[in-house]
Amino acid sequence: MKRNALIVFSFTLMATIFYLIFIYVPTEAVMGIVQRIFYLMVPLGWLTMLAFIVTAVSSILYLQKKNQKWDILALSSAEIGVVFTTLAMATGAIWARPTWGVWWDWGTPRLTSTFILWFIYLAYFLVRNLATEEYRGAAFAAVVAIVGLADIPIIILSISLWQGLHPPALIFESGGLDPKMGMTVGISVIAFTVLYITLLILRVSMRHNEAELRKLKELTA
Amino acid sequence: MKFWSKVMTIAWKDTISELRTKEITSSVLVFTLLVLVIFNFAFGTNRDVLPTVAPGILWTTFVFAGMLSLNRSFIPEKEQGCLEGLVTCPVNREVIYTGKALSSLLFMLIIEAIALPIFSFLFNVPVLSLQIIVITVITTIGFVAVGTLFSALAINTKAREMVLPILFLPIVIPIIIGAVRATELTLTGESWSGLTSWLQIIMAFDVIFVVVSFLTFDFVIVE
Repeated sequence: MKRNALIVFSFTLMATIFYLIFIYVPTEAVMGIVQRIFYLMVPLGWLTMLAFIVTAVSSILYLQKKNQKWDILALSSAEIGVVFTTLAMATGAIWARPTWGVWWDWGTPRLTSTFILWFIYLAYFLVRNLATEEYRGAAFAAVVAIVGLADIPIIILSISLWQGLHPPALIFESGGLDPKMGMTVGISVIAFTVLYITLLILRVSMRHNEAELRKLKELTA
Repeated sequence: MKFWSKVMTIAWKDTISELRTKEITSSVLVFTLLVLVIFNFAFGTNRDVLPTVAPGILWTTFVFAGMLSLNRSFIPEKEQGCLEGLVTCPVNREVIYTGKALSSLLFMLIIEAIALPIFSFLFNVPVLSLQIIVITVITTIGFVAVGTLFSALAINTKAREMVLPILFLPIVIPIIIGAVRATELTLTGESWSGLTSWLQIIMAFDVIFVVVSFLTFDFVIVE
């Protein structure tokens, strides 16, 4: 019951935000219509980070407590995270092309760091699938997530310094935003976060059911 | 001090084994030289571009050499059943980590010590300065800290040595960036003060990852 309510709520929020992004918000003067991608890029970028932090923290808890549920949470968050990371890079490239004329710009610290985070997500899945046994795969993936978490701040710092730019502020820069735009970005972030939580809950419960099923199969086999 | 004596035993075992077979140093050294040759062809005969690309070439070469050398750190153990022997020894897993890391560090430093003068000779770039030696040493410590952990992880997977680059490369990007930029600054005549921010990044990486690898190594070595 609660889950259905959450799904409906999430759907409504996403519908609202799409209305807001494509119809309500005024077109920006300098960049034109393309700037609307910004309202998708910001929440996607934020969720990439959030999903990875959830994965890494669950991994630490899994290694400490050896309880399967933490591993399930970590894996589900990683799955959603990698999808959002891919979307974040795709929207970044789509935004870059009309704005700067190139599909990819190594000069943007955020884009490059997201790319590296994508590789770390990939490493998480690779190690999981290539391990010889499942429990080993889970432990190895957890180690990768923890190492990744320790590395992310240094990666962002070193890439920003490499570009000669100041390290990015934690909150996205918002110099002189129209209040409508500010509100749209805010609601967009909330909508995507609710979407992430909904997907996470669905995925986690699915995996729990799968684990139950497997246990029952083993008992009756 | 019992910890260090056990660590030294493991490191010594690897060193003796390497001294007898010269497996790692000879093959990785030849590989390093060949990579340098290929880079020469990759960049053409334009001599002017060399000072710009030299730091990049140097560090790419060391990264590749490092990956080969780190792979050899655990794979022969697995193949010859030595890993089971190590695990059944009455030592902490952390001792194994530190011992292995120290021996890998030694091998990589030997290879770099031989490769640097040759690089200087082939590319006409003065890399034999104290600054570059310091950069090389601290970056190698970072490589080895993470690489030993991931090498132990990789041998327990189906794809073995193929997994190590995929795990290792994204994680060490900060120190590669640091090393390349610091080398670049040194070659253009910058003094120590200009290098500090990069050296700080590399040293912070080293400290963080020695600690993280030390703590997580236990979960990676399984029988």
